[in-house]
Amino acid sequence: MIKKFSWKALFIGLAVFVLLLFVPRYLPRFQIYLLALIFVTGLLAVSLNMVLGLGGMYQFHHAVFYGIGAYTVALVITKTSVSPWLGFIAAPIVSALFSFIIGIICVRLSKLYFGMLQISLGSLVWAVVFRWYSFTGGDDGIHGIPVPDLISSTSGAYYFSLAVTALCLVIMFRIVNSPFGRSFQAVRDNPGRSEAIGINVKHLQLTGMVIAGAFAGVSGSLFVVIEGSVFPELMFWTLSLEITIMCLLGGWFTFLGPMLGAAIIVLLRTFVGIYTEYWTMILGIVLMFLILFLPQGVLGFFQEKFETDGIKTIREEK
Amino acid sequence: MLLVKDVQKSFDGFRAVSDAQLKVEKGEVVAVIGPNGAGKTTLFNLVTGQLKPDSGEIIFNDENIAGMPPYEICRKGISRSFQIVNIFPRLTVFENVRVSVISYNKRTFNLFSKAENVAVAETEEIIESLGLSEKVKRISGSLSHGDQKVLEMAIALGNRPELLILDEPTAGMSPEETLATLELMKSLSRERGITILFCEHDMELVFSIANKIMVMQHGRTIIEGHPDVVRSNREVQEAYLGGEA
Repeated sequence: MIKKFSWKALFIGLAVFVLLLFVPRYLPRFQIYLLALIFVTGLLAVSLNMVLGLGGMYQFHHAVFYGIGAYTVALVITKTSVSPWLGFIAAPIVSALFSFIIGIICVRLSKLYFGMLQISLGSLVWAVVFRWYSFTGGDDGIHGIPVPDLISSTSGAYYFSLAVTALCLVIMFRIVNSPFGRSFQAVRDNPGRSEAIGINVKHLQLTGMVIAGAFAGVSGSLFVVIEGSVFPELMFWTLSLEITIMCLLGGWFTFLGPMLGAAIIVLLRTFVGIYTEYWTMILGIVLMFLILFLPQGVLGFFQEKFETDGIKTIREEK
Repeated sequence: MLLVKDVQKSFDGFRAVSDAQLKVEKGEVVAVIGPNGAGKTTLFNLVTGQLKPDSGEIIFNDENIAGMPPYEICRKGISRSFQIVNIFPRLTVFENVRVSVISYNKRTFNLFSKAENVAVAETEEIIESLGLSEKVKRISGSLSHGDQKVLEMAIALGNRPELLILDEPTAGMSPEETLATLELMKSLSRERGITILFCEHDMELVFSIANKIMVMQHGRTIIEGHPDVVRSNREVQEAYLGGEA
């Protein structure tokens, strides 16, 4: 995470981006959809990692902000007559707002207590959405949401999610490498010491939560674009657990690791899910191997292989 | 500059600090000595806000700072190092100090400039003056204990303190490292005009640098005064210095 900007990384990133621009021409629809789903889920996982890996906060119920983003778009489109694009602008704002409210209550506590309180507050939001039939559609959710024509086709949705995800990643990368990002890492490593050098730790953590929540909201709005529907599972705690696993799987001390973790899990769920509904069993086995052999996550492992400076020490410390 | 008056602090009925008095004038180097468990570290924690005093006043530059949170006290101009190494183990030496400078420059909440280009000169200057230049890129958790203690001080200096509080700066250091730290403290005091308040078990070091010494025992201030006065005080000799003095 404290890796410096490198031309090599920029080049690879651009190459991948250009490649992704052209693949829809050659792939069947389902695979285009799958790629878009990976972008959206990956964006969600990277946004979680902003607080989890960068800030060391036990953000156990991140999916709430994802769900809120999705529902915001869905409700703006189906319940109001304003431009649907406003929904996409509103999504991160509303998610950030909820992040702020939940955050202001939770950051008083630390570590596990923070996480537990967040799960209960998040579940409260879920319960409201689950039951409020007249407004949110209750446990049925809202289906057939008419997104703008420009982005309603499979390839339109693909390009829209690609563009927004890429933009968000660039912004988040800047934040990670900003003075705020550095201070957030310092707080992760040693909150007590951070206070002693004049950092208001609770403010910093709250700011981190609001930022992460906003990006989760963006991700949620993209989900509506590719699926055309929303349902309460989007903010159920099991999804939060799943994205936490994505971060650990991909490597939570790397920037793009969670993206990779998301890709692995989405693909596992899709392809192993065809053969058995117990695909989570495979996930469990994968996780066990991960903990035993790749404690740094997949991307963390490769980073350690190729760029040894510093990262090894982290492992020794564990 | 700093005035500690009748400060008390108990933990579950145990009086760690029951009656502490201390006065630090600008430019002084003041040592707090006393046997283990005398309440020195607790006193420092009370001054820098890690703990809140039960009663008493802590006046810094005409303002009562007792009970303020640590980050606010730090912003008023008091920095500290810790007895047990307290750094950011996963960050490099350079980033350890930079984070502190960023905080001093009030750029902690700056989201979009590049951290790489922020506070470079100030950070380099501090690192160089403490002799850590060769280790800037090392992950700080992998440094030797002595270097980590020096880094402790570097982090504290990042906030450009008026008053620097050092909690046993040479604990666990080799004789050479101790000597280097002594020289460093002297130069901080003379060249930068930083007021220093520290506690230390190494009596040689204490008597060679302190302008004033405060002796604590069982949470109370026994005596506060010039080193010669303290050295010749009978109560202190019995309580702490033993036959040494």
